[in-house]
Formats: sequence, C-alpha cells, structure tokens
Amino acid sequence: MISVHLPVLQVVVPLMAAPTCMILRNGKAAWVLALVITWAAFAVALSLLLQVIHGGPISYAIGGWAAPWGIEYRVDMLNAFVLVIVTSIGSLVVPFARASVEREVASDRIYLFYTMYLLCLAGLLGITITGDAFNLFVFLEISSLSSYVLISLGRDRRALTASFRYLIMGTIGATFYIIGVGMMYMATGTLNMADLAARLPAMADSRTVHMALAFLTVGISLKLALFPLHLWLPNAYAFAPTAVTVFLAATATKVAVYVMIRIVYTVFGGPAIFEQVPIDKVLMGLGMLSMIGASLVAVFQDNVKRLLAYSSLSQIGYMILGLSLANVTGLAGGIVHIFNHAMMKGALFMAMGCIFYRVGSVQIDALAGLGRRMPFTMAGVVVGGLSLVGAPLTVGFVSKWYLIQGALDRGLWPVALVILVSGLLALVYVWRIVEAAYFRPSPDGASEIQEAPLSMLIPLGVLSVTCIVFGIDATATMDVAFAAARALIGGAP
Amino acid sequence: MKRKAILRVTSKLLIPLIMLFALYVQFHGDFGPGGGFQAGVIFASAFILYALLFGVANARRVAPAGVVRAGLAFGVLLYAGVGVAALLLGGNYLDYSVLAHDPVHGQELGISLIEFGVGTTVASAMITIFFIFAGQDPEIGRGER
Amino acid sequence: MDVPGLYNYWIVVVLMMIGFYVVIAQGNLVKKIFGLNIFQVGVFVFYISMGKVDGGTAPILEEGFKVYTNPIPSVLILTAIVVGIATMALGLALVVRIREAYGTIEEDEIEKQEGEVP
Repeated sequence: MISVHLPVLQVVVPLMAAPTCMILRNGKAAWVLALVITWAAFAVALSLLLQVIHGGPISYAIGGWAAPWGIEYRVDMLNAFVLVIVTSIGSLVVPFARASVEREVASDRIYLFYTMYLLCLAGLLGITITGDAFNLFVFLEISSLSSYVLISLGRDRRALTASFRYLIMGTIGATFYIIGVGMMYMATGTLNMADLAARLPAMADSRTVHMALAFLTVGISLKLALFPLHLWLPNAYAFAPTAVTVFLAATATKVAVYVMIRIVYTVFGGPAIFEQVPIDKVLMGLGMLSMIGASLVAVFQDNVKRLLAYSSLSQIGYMILGLSLANVTGLAGGIVHIFNHAMMKGALFMAMGCIFYRVGSVQIDALAGLGRRMPFTMAGVVVGGLSLVGAPLTVGFVSKWYLIQGALDRGLWPVALVILVSGLLALVYVWRIVEAAYFRPSPDGASEIQEAPLSMLIPLGVLSVTCIVFGIDATATMDVAFAAARALIGGAP
Repeated sequence: MKRKAILRVTSKLLIPLIMLFALYVQFHGDFGPGGGFQAGVIFASAFILYALLFGVANARRVAPAGVVRAGLAFGVLLYAGVGVAALLLGGNYLDYSVLAHDPVHGQELGISLIEFGVGTTVASAMITIFFIFAGQDPEIGRGER
Repeated sequence: MDVPGLYNYWIVVVLMMIGFYVVIAQGNLVKKIFGLNIFQVGVFVFYISMGKVDGGTAPILEEGFKVYTNPIPSVLILTAIVVGIATMALGLALVVRIREAYGTIEEDEIEKQEGEVP
C-alpha cells in the first residue's frame, strides 16, 4: 500500500518533520530526527528509481483529482535520478553536520538549523517530483526561503549580506519564472507539464510562447547562477556554515539545472523550439563563458571556499553546455554531470568543513602542511580535485568524455576545445590547494591540529569513494542518464 | 490624558470584534471571499493593535512565545496530517472525499480543517514577526504612555 | 495594436519596471525590498487581469449567474502573495540583523566596510 503513495511521501515526510523539529527545541533531538528522516527519504528515492527502471514513469494524482485539472506528481528516469542525488547528499550531510554545525552555528539556534534544513530538503524534493508548473514555483520558493535562512546562520557578518543579495536575486528569478508560467497559462489554459507539452507545439509560432520561454530561461538561470547572473553564489557559498555549503552546492543548483532541462525539453519539446527561439545557442555561449571565466577567477582566490564556489560556477557551465547540445550524448553527459558534480563538490566542501573545524580558517595559507597532519581529509581533497580536472578513473572524466563526444557529434570542435581548456584551468587552481597542503611546511604552533572527528570523515570518505567507484565503472549512472536523455529527446515522457 | 483614554476604550471594544470577524472570515471561506490566510492576518492584527497600545511586554503575557511557536507548528502539522489521514483511509494524499461518509461532506470537512491549519499558522507567524520586530525598538516596546 | 483595450498590460509593464528599477538603483536595503514587492505586485495584476472573462461575475457561486471569471489565476495569486509576504518578512529581518552588524543599511557603506576585511 505504501509503495503506491511513495511519490507524495517523498515530500511529505521531510515537510512534516520540519515543524516537529521546531517543537523539539533541543539541538541533539533535532539532529536525531533529521538523521532518521533524511535516511528514510533516501530509501524512498531509491525505491522510486527502481520502480521507474522496471515499470516506466509513475504518475500520482494529489487529492484524487485527475491530471490536467489536479496537481500531478510525475516520476520518470530524469526525476528519479535527481531525487536519488538530492536525498543521498541530504542524508550524508546530516551526520557530517553534527560536529560541523556545533562549531559554526550558535548553540541556541541549532534546532532551527535542522528545521530549515528539512524544509529546504522538502522543497528541493518537491521541485524535482512535481509535474505541475505552478506547484514547482511553490516548492522553489520554499527551498529558496529556507536556504536564505540557512546561509544567514553563518558566524561571519558577511553571511548576512550574502544571504540578502541571494534573497533579492533569487526572488527576481522566481518572479520571472512565474511570469513565464503565466504566459504559458494564457496561451494554453493548463498548468500541467505533460498537458502543456501536448498543447504547446500547436502554438509554437505565437510570440507569447517565445516570451514565455525567454522569461523562464532567465528566471531559472538566476537560480542556476549561470553567467552573468551568478553574482550571488560566491559570497553565499563562502560565508554560509560549511554544512550548508555542502548541501546547497551539491543540490540547489543541480535541481535548477533539472528544472531547465524539464522546461526546455519536456514542456517546450526540445529541439523543435530551438528553431523558433535560439535558446540553445544562447545557453551554449553562456555555458562556455561560465566554464572559462569562472575557472579563471577561481585561480586568483585566496579563500578556498570561494575558490570552490567559482569552480562550481564553471561546472554548472558544463551542465548547461550539455543541455544546449541537443543530442542524446551531450544531454546524457550533462545529466550524469549532475550526479558527478554533486559527489565531487560534496566531497570537496566537506573536506573544507573538516579543515575549518580543526584549523579555524579556510584561507589557502592556513592549509600549509595539512597534508601530513590531516591525511584523510586531504586525500578527499585530492580525489575531488582530480575529478574536477577530469583525470581518468574519476567521475569527472566520464562526464567530460560524453560532453566532448556530444560536441564532436555535432561537429562543434571549438566547444570540445573549450571543455579541455577549462579542465586545464581547473588543474591550476586544484594545484594551488594541493601545493599548499603537501609542499609547504606547517606553521609553528600548529602541532595540536589532528584529523577531523570520525562523524565528519565517514561521509567525506563515502563521497570520495563514490567519485572513484563511479569513475571506474560508470555503467550504472550512464545507463540511467542515457535512458533519461533518450526519453527527453524522443519527445514528451 | 484624553487621547489615551479614547484609544484604550475603543481598542478594548474593537479587539474582540476584530477576532470575531477573523473567525467569520475563516469559516465562510467556502461561501464568500475569505479563507485561512486572510483570517489569520486579521486575527493577528488584533494582537498587534493590543501590542501597539499597551506595549509588547503586556502583549507577550497574552500570547506567550511558547504558545505562538506551538501554533506555528500545529497549523502545518494539521494540514499535512489531514493529507496523511486521507492516505490512511484509502484515498490519495489530500483526497478529502474519503474523510466522511460521503464525498461532499468529506470535501467540506477536509477544506475546513486545512483552512483552519493555515489560519493558525499564519496568525502565529504574523504575531511572531511583529513581536520580534517591535521588541527591537524601545519606543514601540513600551506602548502608548 | 489595440492600445486602449490592452491597458491592463501597460499597467503591468509600468509596475514591473518601476519595481525592478528600484531594486537595482536604490542603495537603501529596505527600499530594495519594497521595490521587489512592487515588481511582484505587477505580476499579480498580470495574472488576475488575465483571468477576467468578459461579462463574468466574481468567481463565487451565486443564484442566477451563469458566467464567472476564471478562479484559477486568483487562487495562484493568493499563493504568490503569501510567498511575497514571507520573502519580505525574511528580507526585513535580514536588514535588521545587517543593521546590528554593520551599523548602516546603505549598500555602498556596507560594501566599504566589507572591502576592509580580507
């Protein structure tokens, strides 16, 4: 009986746990509840993925009202994959957060941290699973508002201004999204994504539909932090508590990429609409600018969290590039990069959390000599860094391979060249970190620095091992990504 | 002085009426403009009026922090709980038709319950927001003198 | 182009542009938040005016009326208004905290203070 209702339970369970956390008031009890709930959500997402692999797309009508009139939750390959990614990161961050949050958030606010964390998770899961365009806006705002609060919990006062700037830009993005949805509703009379996909091709010539696509793209690009709408991301990731940075870096922007894929390929019918509105060329150009520009800026950063934030911006460029290639290989490369980047960046930011826990600073100079004092943490950094560069046997290599292949399939060898160049730029900033940690002597008075606590090392280890395991044998992830890409480019789900 | 006497007497007459009107708006959302959000805001405005006139400290005695926080959580849990109850009774999530002996009554019951949850949470949220903001400024905190 | 008949869209455009301009151009953080609110109000008017049916009455069941305006845009906007209020409350709470931390709510002064810290 439960398995029929899994789609809605995926969202409802964290959503109900959030106010319960608020009633609990106690930081430890809130942590235990968050742990149980996030692991339950991960189990639900895995079983949904297995159901979809064996049985095809699942559809669930909220309130018993059938599809075009009621809100429908629709799970297909792409959805289920992103759900697994979000819940796996969500469940790994909670054990990591136990020690990290105690160091970085005021102790009388820890239960509020977990309340907001569960709300953000519920919002992200809702965005991923819903099949209704306006319902997506509601969950988008739930996750955005709770992430503004999460970011502002950081100790540095610049977390407040970073959160404020994110609030302004994120709300503008959501409002643009809603303008686009309004135009689509005006043109077709429905809000259900599958129904829109059926009705929009008949209206593909009308200017309302073109403007709707434009507004939707700009709105979602603000949430994605695509160049030039990326200004909120570096500060927000740098000054938030590290557990928040791990969670948001690995999930929030990925879910926005999912929304972009869903809008462009499912609702608007993918390659067909590119002839009317050249979104693919615009996204390709901006993606390439992100890839190169953000990597260049990352090279010159001294705060390692900010460096990794700029690196995230360039990795998002990869995903958008995959989306804009409009062939199955490129799209699959972009989709699998959602998974790979979540693992890579999750591991890297967790390592930064471990370092901040012991050293108290994340400036590059503070990392001097840590290779010997915190060997496991730095091993995680090395694995994540190799992935960013795209070294073989790591997950980064897999996504780069398929993106380059997708670009070459379309004859766009300059694009393939840009992908390779940005990989080399990643090598430069990863080398800066590795060089500081392994090749510089420890400063005096640093003898008391030891390895981070086990509760922080184990999630870091899990993510690093995932980077390598799925880099050596990527059949599982690539099968899912290819199936998702084929379903998207073949037409509506 | 006279001005304060007018304010105090008028508010003591009006505040119960405001709350009553809020309850009217809450439960007549089925038949006319109204519903949870509007009712919650009107209900909270009664408390805010009281706080403006008599000071946040006095208003806190009427609406203690713990009760308001419980109200915040209760509303959300009631809404989600109605959905879960529908799940347990055999329908889909938030399928009100299964909640009572026939679908029409089920729909009425379901909507009334969730709107009540919405109203509670919104009222608690507005009260919390106002008290926190007003507690910052010593002028508003003391109320009319 | 039917300019007088489309007056609701002109109002929407004007409101959105005013709001957006205030968000970008004003330095005071509180004014930015209110600009955001004006921007969102423009969107609300867009939705609600889109739902109006010629000759339709308010979307409340009454005896003797057959044509009603579309209730769905109103319902969507109810949700969006609540979201807008939550965003505004959160933004203002952040501004209060920023004032405690920096002593000012003018964006250029805050940036000057931030520029001094590495």
